[in-house]
Amino acid sequence: MDVIVVLEWAFDAVLGLGLLWLAWRTLNSPDLFKAIVLFISFGLLMALAWVRLNAPDIALAEAAIGAGLTGALLLAALARLRTTTDNTMPAQLPAGSWFQRGLLIVLLSGSAAGLGYAVWILPSHTSGLSMAVTANLDVSGARNPVTAVLLNFRGYDTMLEMIVLLLAVLGIWSLGGLPPRPERPAVAVLDTFSRFLIPVFILAAAYLLWVGADAPGGAFQAGSVLGAAGVLLLLSGWRPGVRLMQWPLRLALTIGAITFIILGVLTLLYEQQLLAYPVAQAGRMIILLESLATVSIAVTLAILFLGESPDPEEKK
Amino acid sequence: MTLTDYATACLLILGGIFFLAGTVGLLRFPDVYTRLHALTKADNVGLGFIMAGLVLQAESWLAAGKLLLIWLLVLFASASVSYLIARRALNKGIRIWM
Amino acid sequence: MIQALYFALALFLLLNLCAGLWRILRGPTTADRMLAAQLFGTTVVAMLLLLAQASGNPVLRDVALVFALLAAVTAVAFVQRAWPEEKESEHDLN
Repeated sequence: MDVIVVLEWAFDAVLGLGLLWLAWRTLNSPDLFKAIVLFISFGLLMALAWVRLNAPDIALAEAAIGAGLTGALLLAALARLRTTTDNTMPAQLPAGSWFQRGLLIVLLSGSAAGLGYAVWILPSHTSGLSMAVTANLDVSGARNPVTAVLLNFRGYDTMLEMIVLLLAVLGIWSLGGLPPRPERPAVAVLDTFSRFLIPVFILAAAYLLWVGADAPGGAFQAGSVLGAAGVLLLLSGWRPGVRLMQWPLRLALTIGAITFIILGVLTLLYEQQLLAYPVAQAGRMIILLESLATVSIAVTLAILFLGESPDPEEKK
Repeated sequence: MTLTDYATACLLILGGIFFLAGTVGLLRFPDVYTRLHALTKADNVGLGFIMAGLVLQAESWLAAGKLLLIWLLVLFASASVSYLIARRALNKGIRIWM
Repeated sequence: MIQALYFALALFLLLNLCAGLWRILRGPTTADRMLAAQLFGTTVVAMLLLLAQASGNPVLRDVALVFALLAAVTAVAFVQRAWPEEKESEHDLN
């Protein structure tokens, strides 16, 4: 047994040091492409760290969103940036005066000390709210405690997250979007690759959505895998038609948030509490919310990757 | 340790050797194309041996099937992606080391 | 005994990954950096499968599956979008 303890300890030490070093190199790399690749590596190690902390739910989310789609989004953003500017940051950022630097150091170390103190005074062995969650798991409609918290006990959190995603798309569109840009022509291999892999992505997304009731998984993980299928479709040269970009797209983008709001209003009327589902219906409501949220999240991520305004001719 | 455990150990260590070879190749080979070659050895053979070792220990046929599926996906993806990278590198005129 | 081997191999793969970071820092071309990231993706898939077996937590296989799927998308995004058109320096001191 001793050998295993030593090995686990060494693994965690290398992982922790590697994470800190990668974070530092990512932040101070002047070459943006290098920074993105380092960030993707950081996401990979971060998922491992969550696994070691016994939080497979977060590891799954990190794998789907942090290391996977964020990397593709950042690469697409860099490609757009290259067309307008030089891809390197100024080698030397303008340095502030000594007073400014001193103030910054005082403020930053003050907040770091405050955070450190807050962590320090936490009771060392506490189960937090997990007892309350376990006690009420039966009435939640889900058997995975994380899903029960995200979709039932704190359903309004997920509702607000859906709205945040919607705001991100609106933000890009309100800037006028980006001019449409044709993809590089897809070679035969990429074409076959997408044709074969996109059904697998859809299957994996459905699996993650379904398994979310019992085990780690759920709308965000499934949505980002489905969104990745959309990204792959866009990368192999497919573009949604003009008619598809009108109300079908808007409906798909908002359906998750709309369902949350309708259910919220209904539960306020009938149960006098926001998103307090009747126990008998809870399981079905969670499935409905998660399925529609998956669609919205997937479409949102793919549209963020596309980055184009839905009606470019209106601008002229 | 049972016989299955010994077989697993051998396969896992073989997989580890291929990952080491892939990393050494990535660090020491002279150009993109040769590094690509080293990389795919780790992807295909290294992960393949590790997967084979773990399949022997899998608790059910379903778990073994999932391991196999992951390996096949990585195999398919790495073959396609390597082709795409090599093709673009050649089109861009990155020289081949001779 | 076999448990110790799982952890030893996971640690070995992690050290491999750390060595591979040198290629990301060094380049010289963008493709070299991307290759290193691809290798990391596969290494992490292998580590997750090992940890899944070592800790008896089958959920980690799902994490590995998601990594295997999404690493491919990142690489395609690189080839189709982020690889600059202009020539880049390819001097390597080796």
